[in-house]
Amino acid sequence: MKLSGAEIFIECLKREGVRTLFALPGGVVLKIFDMLHQQKDIEVILTRHEQGAGHMAEGYAKATGKAGVCLVTSGPGMTNVITALADAYMDSVPMVCFSGQVPTSLIGNDAFQEADNIGLSRPCTKYNFLVKDVNELARTIKEAFYIATTGRPGPVLVDIPKDVSQNQAEFVYPSSVSIRGYNPTYEGNKWQIKQAAEAIAKAKKPVLYVGGGVVFSGASQELFELAELTQIPVDMTLMGLGVFPGEHPLSLGMLGMHGTYCANMAIHYSDLVIAVGVRFDDRVTGKVSEFCPHAKIIHIDIDPTSIRKNIHVDIPIVGDCKAVLRELNQILRATVNGDQKELRKPWWDQIHQWQKLHPLTYHQEENGPIKPQHVVKRLYELTKDRDPIVSTDVGQHQMWAAQYFKLAKPNRWLTSGGLGTMGFGFPAAMGAQAAFRDRLVLCIAGDGSVQMNMQEMATAVVSKLPVKVIVLNNRFHGMVRQWQDLFYNGRYASSYLGGTPDFVKLAEAYGAVGLRAEKLADLDGVLKTALETDGPVIVDVPTYPYENCYPMIPAGGCNHEMILEDPPELKKKQIGVGKVVPEDKDTVLTA
Amino acid sequence: MEHIISVTVENKFGVLSRVAGLFSGRGFNIESLSVAPTLDPSMSQMTLVTSGDDRIIEQIVKQLNKLIDVIKVVDLNETEFVARETALIKVHTKDEDRAEALRIVDIFRANVIDSSPSTYTIEVSGDPRKIEAIINLLQPLGIKELVRTGRVAVAREPIRPAVAQAKRSARE
Repeated sequence: MKLSGAEIFIECLKREGVRTLFALPGGVVLKIFDMLHQQKDIEVILTRHEQGAGHMAEGYAKATGKAGVCLVTSGPGMTNVITALADAYMDSVPMVCFSGQVPTSLIGNDAFQEADNIGLSRPCTKYNFLVKDVNELARTIKEAFYIATTGRPGPVLVDIPKDVSQNQAEFVYPSSVSIRGYNPTYEGNKWQIKQAAEAIAKAKKPVLYVGGGVVFSGASQELFELAELTQIPVDMTLMGLGVFPGEHPLSLGMLGMHGTYCANMAIHYSDLVIAVGVRFDDRVTGKVSEFCPHAKIIHIDIDPTSIRKNIHVDIPIVGDCKAVLRELNQILRATVNGDQKELRKPWWDQIHQWQKLHPLTYHQEENGPIKPQHVVKRLYELTKDRDPIVSTDVGQHQMWAAQYFKLAKPNRWLTSGGLGTMGFGFPAAMGAQAAFRDRLVLCIAGDGSVQMNMQEMATAVVSKLPVKVIVLNNRFHGMVRQWQDLFYNGRYASSYLGGTPDFVKLAEAYGAVGLRAEKLADLDGVLKTALETDGPVIVDVPTYPYENCYPMIPAGGCNHEMILEDPPELKKKQIGVGKVVPEDKDTVLTA
Repeated sequence: MEHIISVTVENKFGVLSRVAGLFSGRGFNIESLSVAPTLDPSMSQMTLVTSGDDRIIEQIVKQLNKLIDVIKVVDLNETEFVARETALIKVHTKDEDRAEALRIVDIFRANVIDSSPSTYTIEVSGDPRKIEAIINLLQPLGIKELVRTGRVAVAREPIRPAVAQAKRSARE
């Protein structure tokens, strides 16, 4: 039987197990929307901006491990979703984005709402397709999902011209895919794995450095086994949070620019780094020439280009983290002998010393302004038994969430790491909520970031996505202000956000619930009320505006040289300002 | 150091821009690039001349391999290879120069492929140094136009396998 391109599109999505589609219509995709309207298997979540659709697909993918799917129209629809594609590409998020295109006969004519979708998305997708013939549509969609979800995952774009969605073809869904130029390596080289096992056995001060690759590989169990078996401390990257239980005694927390003191000291002074599913990002390595000066490096990653890109690696292992760790554990189980706890005692004594010397800390006064770290800590304590999914935007609040919200399991942490996309958190939380309707989904946001995709509150209300947004409201682009305080002599160029809306009224305007915690004494009560509310909620928490995020390694600095607290001149200045939230720009400038 | 990389790719639209985009996006150099279909018309052969230290070349080879439309990548510098490029040179020839031009063509085993009362169009192929040399000799006559292809290269087959074997063991 012949089907139209639009029907083929829907049949393909069903066969790929897609049940949620984040979408926004437009002229050239109307046929597809018309067919979507006439079926019940796939839920269409209408977003208010295509960037929102893209981030929702990402949130869905990060929470489920399956490909997130979005559909946008040509021209501006496509250009709007580019940020989400770039974000997904940097963070290796499996995602398939369908874009409409003008009819094939008009391509290249500067037609209405035409854009070169393939050219635009090429540098920010793993692969992209222009479907020129409806007979190619089914095979293309099959390949798109295959490429997005295998190997190192990433976003794939499928560009569908209007006539292709209208024309008819015989529907045959291919059962398998074979692409001759694309054969990801899953099994690691056995000899190299043996070398790695030997290096681990010999090491006196080893550290596990684990990241997002372990999350997408589903290898947290294997990682847990490895760490327990060998008693090696675990440093997690921002993307890896949750892949190893944050409260576990072997966890040192996050490493890198705003990582814990002991995570950074441990990796700097280690003699063996076992890097799994990470890419030695500059926010982790700091000054490359002084990164881990005493260590041999084992690097396990599915993407060969990640290996030796930034850092020299002694034992490279290309393969899927899960397969490689399983094999490594097998060898280690047979060869590790003696009490590992006893063996590693000198190293752990050193680490415990570092932990005691500079734990994560902040000072919350009883009657003083609310400290942002305290909000995250209380939120964590109030919700940890409910196994929440947590999303963040980008900035200070993101780092505090990473430091104080200690996740126990993977796929609970939705954050924009590589691209650092402000505005990511709220739609990503909604994407995760769409996948898990009954779970608690929190979005920790800043007042700057949350305004970048505020329009999606309408989507949350209409599509009944009851995410709880906690806005740490310091009326600044906080991380920008922090850098200005530390490196630009306190000149707050464009970092003070005058005219920030009343988030309570704003929530109410959208038909959601808005709450505010003015004083410390109100905080717990307000958070509890929010958690008990059925629909979407914005909790506005005005926080101390001059709080800085520490530890901090200045960009390009060395990992053992952290700034641990405000320098003295900064402290003096802040006392002068007082502890009030600035009400207008002048207060800040004259301070 | 200069490297010649031979890349077998899918013969479909957009592949060239993916390869070129990879080089521009990551700040790698392309000195020359030539592309044409192979015996199997579903594939094209690219010969890419680039330069960089070992770390950069390793990244270039890995990144090319990562492209989904790339089927095979060979860094020819790892083996023996032969490379050629072709140039078409249009030279001004006054009456007294025409004989001189033909002499140069003869020396370089080049061909005159077009001629007008005041010009010769010369086709020459060889390694880049040979092309440079003939250009230098023709320059005094006055070069009107010059077009060069990128280099194409292919790995050398060992003439006598036994000899290649002996060489390898000698190196060891």
